[in-house]
Amino acid sequence: MNKAAEHLIKISNIAKEYSSGDATVSAIRHMDFCIDDGEFVSIMGQSGSGKSTLLSVMGGLNHPTRGVVYLDTMDVYALSNEQRADFRSEYIGFIFQSYQLIPFLTVLENVKLPLAITKFKEKLQDEMALSVLDQVGLVDKAHRLPDQLSGGEQERVAIARAIVNKPPILLADEPTGNLDTKTTMDIMNTLQSLNEEGLTIIMVTHNPDLCRFSGRTIHVRDGQCHDDA
Amino acid sequence: MRLHNISFNNLRRRKGKTIFLITGLLIGIATIVTLLTITENMSRDIEERLDRFGANIVMVPKSENLSLSYGGVTVGGVNYTIEEFDENRLGALREIENAENIGIIAPKVLGPVEIRGKQVLLMGIDPESELPLKTWWHFEGVPPSHSTDLAVGSEAAKALGLAIGDSVMLGGKNFVVTAILQPTGAAEDGIVIGELHAIQGVLEKPGKISLVEISAFCNGCPITEMALQIAEKFPNARVNALKQAMMSKMQSIDMFKSFSYGVAALVIFIGSLLVFVTMMGSVNERTREIGIFRAIGFRRGHVMRIIMIEAIFIGFLAGLLGFGVGRGLAWIVIPFVIPGSSLSGLSGTLGVVALLLGVSLSLLASLYPALKASKLDPTTALRAI
Repeated sequence: MNKAAEHLIKISNIAKEYSSGDATVSAIRHMDFCIDDGEFVSIMGQSGSGKSTLLSVMGGLNHPTRGVVYLDTMDVYALSNEQRADFRSEYIGFIFQSYQLIPFLTVLENVKLPLAITKFKEKLQDEMALSVLDQVGLVDKAHRLPDQLSGGEQERVAIARAIVNKPPILLADEPTGNLDTKTTMDIMNTLQSLNEEGLTIIMVTHNPDLCRFSGRTIHVRDGQCHDDA
Repeated sequence: MRLHNISFNNLRRRKGKTIFLITGLLIGIATIVTLLTITENMSRDIEERLDRFGANIVMVPKSENLSLSYGGVTVGGVNYTIEEFDENRLGALREIENAENIGIIAPKVLGPVEIRGKQVLLMGIDPESELPLKTWWHFEGVPPSHSTDLAVGSEAAKALGLAIGDSVMLGGKNFVVTAILQPTGAAEDGIVIGELHAIQGVLEKPGKISLVEISAFCNGCPITEMALQIAEKFPNARVNALKQAMMSKMQSIDMFKSFSYGVAALVIFIGSLLVFVTMMGSVNERTREIGIFRAIGFRRGHVMRIIMIEAIFIGFLAGLLGFGVGRGLAWIVIPFVIPGSSLSGLSGTLGVVALLLGVSLSLLASLYPALKASKLDPTTALRAI
């Protein structure tokens, strides 16, 4: 990645509006912040505060109505649709709400999913997928289907899928939203370990207890950054 | 992990829908295969029947005074004088442009003789070419095969009082009646038939031919053109093409063919519609899944490819099974539709057509759903984000 830029991600004067009939709803009114390489940032806010929209805008999924998203020096939304797909494949790992695993693929196949569009040979894909499954402690369940796993295990498969092609940035949307306290702690410890290995993590949550795992918390309210600490 | 793994896994998971899709297309293709197989067999059957029916080109010498009674020739007793063909020149028939369409060439010599005080028409034939052409000739006894054999038409036998084993002196040579031709209801009933070269000798027409019958039937043969080509080679001949019977029968087959194609097109349209509707439903059902693909970096082309691979697989399987089922149905139906006939062999071309049809229809019906899937906005598709 080009290290000429001062920050890894720069959110500059972002706004996102949705049309709902004749009315216009502002999901993000105005946001301006930067994230450095290797940071673990929590984006916290109530439901409807615009935090998930912000995450999708940062991930190149949701074109902002106004403003610019930079990754290093690259203007993400100046890219074409197909270039943005390549950008997501190369730079972003996504952990979606409710795991979002593909039910007809095994754990191993789900983890290998981002590799299906690469030129990596099958053997190398297996090695890469098993390596990350080992990292999240699920090698022994590689050939099970998602519905044969617990919620926590499914979340770990989602993490493994997000990091299998070694992206520099991990975007996690409520990664522990459906989990019990103990499993939540396990998942957060896993994310913390990944961050310690150099992965930049941006996590959306509404649970204030989880902010202690991240080095920085951005509070979002009514589509604006309320606090950045 | 490759894109086709995703396609096949999806088909495996949605077994019910996959079977439904394959069955829909299979019915269409099986219908086409059945109808085409039946039509093809009917066509071949008629072709064979017409071949058995006999010649469809008759070549006779040009003569203004000639009145005809057998195959275009009447011999008016002692006044019968026409310019006949030279036997050695008949080889030219095999040199016309459409020579490959010529089946049997049956030359004959005709002339009057007197047997037991009565005038009768004597016909010399080449048994090897004549008998396969006249499959409706049935003999009591052994048909003529040697130079001294004679077959006598049923009416002539009565009129002349001839029976099998009787001797007849013709042109100073002794002949033996070896067969009586059973009534045909045609000119043959009143004539005497012998071996060509022997009869040429009796009639004192060595190397001469009075009439040539040609069997040139085959599906789509240019009979009229062939008659013209023959006339060019034999300027002193009058060449008649008997194509009316064949044309009317082929027209019936063509009408059935058109009907078959119409039914097949309708069934195939319904099958394709089924694939289209099911694929559209499948895309809607898989919105979330497609959203995940797009979010993790799949291009629009990748999503399209996943759906198109599924379509190819469904189409291929439907084509293969449709061909098998269609041939099976044809095998059952043909004996009822064409009595005395049965399904003959495997048609490789039809197999290839069935496969191509299955794949192309499935692809065509899936094109729009695949395009729609590839255009899904990942955020809308995922909703959760």
